[in-house]
Amino acid sequence: MHGRSPGDAAMLLLADSRLPAGGHAHSGGAEEAVRLGAITGPDDLARFLRGRLATAGLVTAALAAAACELGTATAPRTARNECGPNTAPPATDEADVDGADADGADADGADASRPHAGETGGEGPRASRPDAQGAADGGEWVQRWRQLDAEADARTASPAQREASRTQGRLLIRTARGIWPSAILDTLTAAIPEGAHHPVAVGAAAASAGCDPYQAALAAAYNAVTGPATAAVRLLGLDPVTVHRLLADLAPALNDAAHAACASLMDAVVTEPVPRDSAARDSATPRVAGWQSLPGHCAPALDLLAEGHQNNPMKLFVS
Amino acid sequence: MTVPTRPTRPSSPTSHTGHTGPPTTDAPTARPGPASVTARAVITTAAGPGGATRLETLRSDPPLTLRQTGPGLVHLVSTAAGPLGGDRLELRIEVAPGTSLEVRSVASTLVLPGSSPGDSWMVIDAQVGAGASLRFSPEPTVLAAGCSHRMAVRLWLEEDASAFWREEIVFGRHGERPGRCRARFDVTVAGRPLLRQELVVGDPSTDRSPAVYGDARCVGSTLVAGPAWTSPAVPDGKAERRATVGDGWAALPLAGPGVLASALASDTVELRARLERAESLAALHPSPAPQRAETPAALHPSPAP
Repeated sequence: MHGRSPGDAAMLLLADSRLPAGGHAHSGGAEEAVRLGAITGPDDLARFLRGRLATAGLVTAALAAAACELGTATAPRTARNECGPNTAPPATDEADVDGADADGADADGADASRPHAGETGGEGPRASRPDAQGAADGGEWVQRWRQLDAEADARTASPAQREASRTQGRLLIRTARGIWPSAILDTLTAAIPEGAHHPVAVGAAAASAGCDPYQAALAAAYNAVTGPATAAVRLLGLDPVTVHRLLADLAPALNDAAHAACASLMDAVVTEPVPRDSAARDSATPRVAGWQSLPGHCAPALDLLAEGHQNNPMKLFVS
Repeated sequence: MTVPTRPTRPSSPTSHTGHTGPPTTDAPTARPGPASVTARAVITTAAGPGGATRLETLRSDPPLTLRQTGPGLVHLVSTAAGPLGGDRLELRIEVAPGTSLEVRSVASTLVLPGSSPGDSWMVIDAQVGAGASLRFSPEPTVLAAGCSHRMAVRLWLEEDASAFWREEIVFGRHGERPGRCRARFDVTVAGRPLLRQELVVGDPSTDRSPAVYGDARCVGSTLVAGPAWTSPAVPDGKAERRATVGDGWAALPLAGPGVLASALASDTVELRARLERAESLAALHPSPAPQRAETPAALHPSPAP
């Protein structure tokens, strides 16, 4: 199996909590659950994490896999499957410089979740710059990214969670454009200037980094449980070894979630437009393949926790 | 909780009584066992004289029996207990442009395991035309021990259609562990996804998880959707409309034109009370002023980092 997946190392970087994308500021509902006494120790935490993985984690993984697949499909073929230290195509050298600028600007901001005044203005020209091939397909891909982002919206009933997801997505894209500059991330930024949902951003970043959809799904599922677990360590003063033992126990479930996410993609045909009008709807009645059939597992308690958390003036974490 | 007893079951899936529509030969069913039932009921409306709503089709298919109980009002009357394992019940609802329909049920639905292998299925496809409205508020679905149930609801709204769609699921009868259930709910407005969610009950990874249901014994949600809930501004991740939260319930403004009332509770009475509270606040959300939390967060000291 050695050398079979050139995206392995990139996946580690993407999933690493040290990736400067602000993930440490989110507890995924754990802080509110601790405040309400729903998580008091390792046993509650284990059930919390397992339930979160089976619901939000699975949905996140599936959306990330879909985004990675879409991103990979949009990328120029020459830009992919290169095993060199930098998979970025030569055409994006210029964007690399811009990316470094954005990264620098990011470092300036103490609160990275606050958008920089110049950011939005600066992205317009950059987004319109992709090579001729990208420009020709641009409108179509832009539309596709918006459709996938809308699927994420439809799976996130809680406004607090949507806001947290977009905040994290915006930060991740900004960071990823500095690390793995690509036309994929440029197109996504142009498509959703206000910030794509986090799983969509994870998938796009994964595609830019050279990961495959399974790796994107695994990174997304991993982040869906490690964030809350780390937060719980800080909030309850739990033994980090005990909590990492819980995460290790979850490892098979993480693999399963990533596999299930990719299996759900088998039905989704990205290259065919999603039916939008009423006429097409009739043919859709017996469940057509597409993103609409991706998992939508919801967690009512997480919704309530996210909204309750937003009303807590003493909160330590953003979400 | 009233639960009808199950009368003699039809001997074969096609030998329904009271079936007034065409035979259901094109049903995409997964070969139900000999004792299982496949039923397809239909409700369609048409615009009557003076803008009134006329029920154009009311096709019962036992055990899905429909009764008109008022103008534009239909009750689902279960004429058999169940569904049981292997059963496939389908309900199609078409609300014609400019008309309104309300669907209720006389009693809760008790989902039981059956002698046939396989899941029991309840499939509802509802289309709401331009300017039309649909209110769907049946009594709860109770998942008896050992059941294996699937629900699939697909709701298509035209651009300015309105809908009120309530769903309540009870995790087993009193003192009983629930069977298994997957309930998928897909809603689109003019082809755009508004809400896609799937509830899984009876899975060890989600049951009793503080992230999913906590200690609740039942879960409910109501979608209130329509042009009145259209987001005032362009989508902006930083300008989400605020939710209203209370004890065990929330009214969650969606990204699209709708609000989801959501509740968790220990029993059906508490669930309905919480859900109705959330529904009433969901109905208020079109107002421009953002809602404040009804129950302000208690000023607990923040835990040390």
